[in-house]
Amino acid sequence: MKILVPVKRVVDYNVKVRVKADGTGVETSGVKMSMNPFDEISIEEAVRLKEKGVATEVIAVSMGVAACAETIRTALAMGADRGILVESAVELQPLAVAKLMKALVDKEQPQLVILGKQAIDDDMNATGQMLAALLGWPQGTFASKIEISGDGISVTREIDGGLETLALTLPAIVTSDLRLNEPRYASLPNIMKARKKPIETMKPEDLGVDPTPRLTLVSVAEPPKRQAGKKVGSVAELVSKLRTEAKVI
Amino acid sequence: MTSLVLLDFEGSEIKQPSRSAVAAALKLGEVHVLVAGHGIDAAATAASQLAGVTKVHKADSPVYDHSLAEPLADLLVSMAGHHDHLLAASTATGKNVMPRVAALLDVQPISDIAEVIDADTFIRPIYAGNAMATVKSSDAKKVITVRAASFDPVEATGGSAVIEDVAATAASTMSKFVSAELSKSERPELTAARIVVSGGRGMQNGDNFKLIDPIADKLGAAVGASRAAVDAGFVPNDYQVGQTGKIVAPDLYVAIGISGAIQHLAGMKDSKVIVAINKDEDAPIFQVADYGLVQDLFTALPELKAELEKA
Ligand SMILES: Cc1cc2nc3c(=O)[nH]c(=O)nc-3n(C[C@H](O)[C@H](O)[C@H](O)COP(=O)(O)OP(=O)(O)OC[C@H]3O[C@@H](n4cnc5c(N)ncnc54)[C@H](O)[C@@H]3O)c2cc1C
Ligand SMILES: Cc1cc2nc3c(=O)[nH]c(=O)nc-3n(C[C@H](O)[C@H](O)[C@H](O)COP(=O)(O)OP(=O)(O)OC[C@H]3O[C@@H](n4cnc5c(N)ncnc54)[C@H](O)[C@@H]3O)c2cc1C
Repeated sequence: MKILVPVKRVVDYNVKVRVKADGTGVETSGVKMSMNPFDEISIEEAVRLKEKGVATEVIAVSMGVAACAETIRTALAMGADRGILVESAVELQPLAVAKLMKALVDKEQPQLVILGKQAIDDDMNATGQMLAALLGWPQGTFASKIEISGDGISVTREIDGGLETLALTLPAIVTSDLRLNEPRYASLPNIMKARKKPIETMKPEDLGVDPTPRLTLVSVAEPPKRQAGKKVGSVAELVSKLRTEAKVI
Repeated sequence: MTSLVLLDFEGSEIKQPSRSAVAAALKLGEVHVLVAGHGIDAAATAASQLAGVTKVHKADSPVYDHSLAEPLADLLVSMAGHHDHLLAASTATGKNVMPRVAALLDVQPISDIAEVIDADTFIRPIYAGNAMATVKSSDAKKVITVRAASFDPVEATGGSAVIEDVAATAASTMSKFVSAELSKSERPELTAARIVVSGGRGMQNGDNFKLIDPIADKLGAAVGASRAAVDAGFVPNDYQVGQTGKIVAPDLYVAIGISGAIQHLAGMKDSKVIVAINKDEDAPIFQVADYGLVQDLFTALPELKAELEKA
């Protein structure tokens, strides 16, 4: 069984992003970029399935600028077998990513695609569900545990009130939540080995997809700033302030 | 212009985040709602009383038990012809279903809107709420999830909408509900509570959350947590507040033993009043706190309990 894992290059989670002065976006030049943390979790899960003999091949896909190849290298160092880079100068929104992924699924015929539940830059939380819809496949979103048996997969999901388990037929889409696993660090020998693994590069046109964005960004603004308040000296003072000044209790 | 809002409900209660989604939809024009499930007369009646709603579409069938994404998305798509905007709250169900609907309609969804500018233009947070993007959709239909914390919910009563049955779509052959493990609590839900008291890694273990319980009970508060506290197994996953957990904006948010990482702040910085209790006076949480108390939580919590009990 082949597994496809899309990995997105995003601003590192430790970076506090700044809105550009002209309001056209956020400052991304000179900012540290990393693999979306949820996608590290997806790669880890796929590689574990391969190590268990359930999967035969793990393919990492990234879409965007040429530098996304670095993100693919990271996935290869974690244990993915090969990479596909879909290079696009146009900004790719989830609908376009889902369409490109569908074209790749048609070509590669995986039984499972594991995506992140959300990318930490745009926080859309959409691509996996959209890919499932386009393929007519079932979806197991926000997964904290998956188990494959025969032609089915059991997915335990993090929902608002707790956990829920679904049984899906394969092929299927899974999106990973934080508790699915703890991703490994790539070891130096594996980083070296990853350099020799193949990455195929293509363009949206090669996959017959028109990636034109449907959402235009009108402007980006700073959110309202919160001012630091005051320090209180004791619990008694805190409670008194909450009662008489803030009037919230 | 008519919108359709997919409602989350339990028994005869329409969930508060869904009432916020209705409030967002009312800014766009006429609002219809959809209740889908099995044996849902009480929910349909409750939905018909929501302030501002003119029609309730009721899809009563075992197909919609457990809100599986596949049949629910098909149902919404079957109803899309009559509605310009399809909305749901950014709950586990809304986030699961709406993007699927969007893809089936060949539409780019607009996730987690915090403001409605006009029929095509919305403001949504990006980068963990560190930037607010104004986006304009060129799609004929809009598929939207709504950040509940950003809209005051409509009243649960006052409306008198008509209830209309809709035909069920086919059952899913691809996905099946197996089981659920829901955390039981008498407390209000995190996303609906007026007061939230959250604990972080500083709590050290799950047992110590018992120090928070009587305080939460006294205040009628929900209990939340940082990711670190959830990952360490102190509390269940659905307690997590933050960029990748639940977004809350209560009147009062009390952060105990939480450092204030951007991912945590993303989930609570729109609270009206923020209190932080932390023994490290340089903890970033103090930069957003209206009232900060630099003290060891193991002495502060028993004192807080006693002080609140003083009446
Ligand atoms: C109006 C607007 C302006 C934007 N401006 C910028 C900008 O200036 N700079 C910027 O960096 N981004 C920008 N984006 C974000 C960019 O377009 C996102 O890649 C896109 O919207 C996908 O959203 P997401 O990654 O949050 O999707 P999600 O649905 O949250 O992603 C879930 C999963 O999908 C997969 N995935 C998503 N995208 C890719 C990809 N490209 N390659 C591989 N896997 C992927 C991953 O597995 C990921 O975990 C903008 C988006 C919009 C709507
Ligand atoms: C992809 C991704 C998504 C994430 N999503 C979220 C999210 O949704 N929500 C979230 O919360 N985090 C999230 N995080 C994690 C986040 O970056 C932080 O790691 C996390 O919020 C830290 O939790 P904490 O404040 O409890 O722990 P710490 O940062 O370890 O802070 C503990 C605090 O407790 C204080 N303390 C310790 N002992 C005491 C004592 N006895 N008395 C008083 N104070 C004490 C310390 O001074 C310290 O400030 C995410 C991270 C990533 C990478």
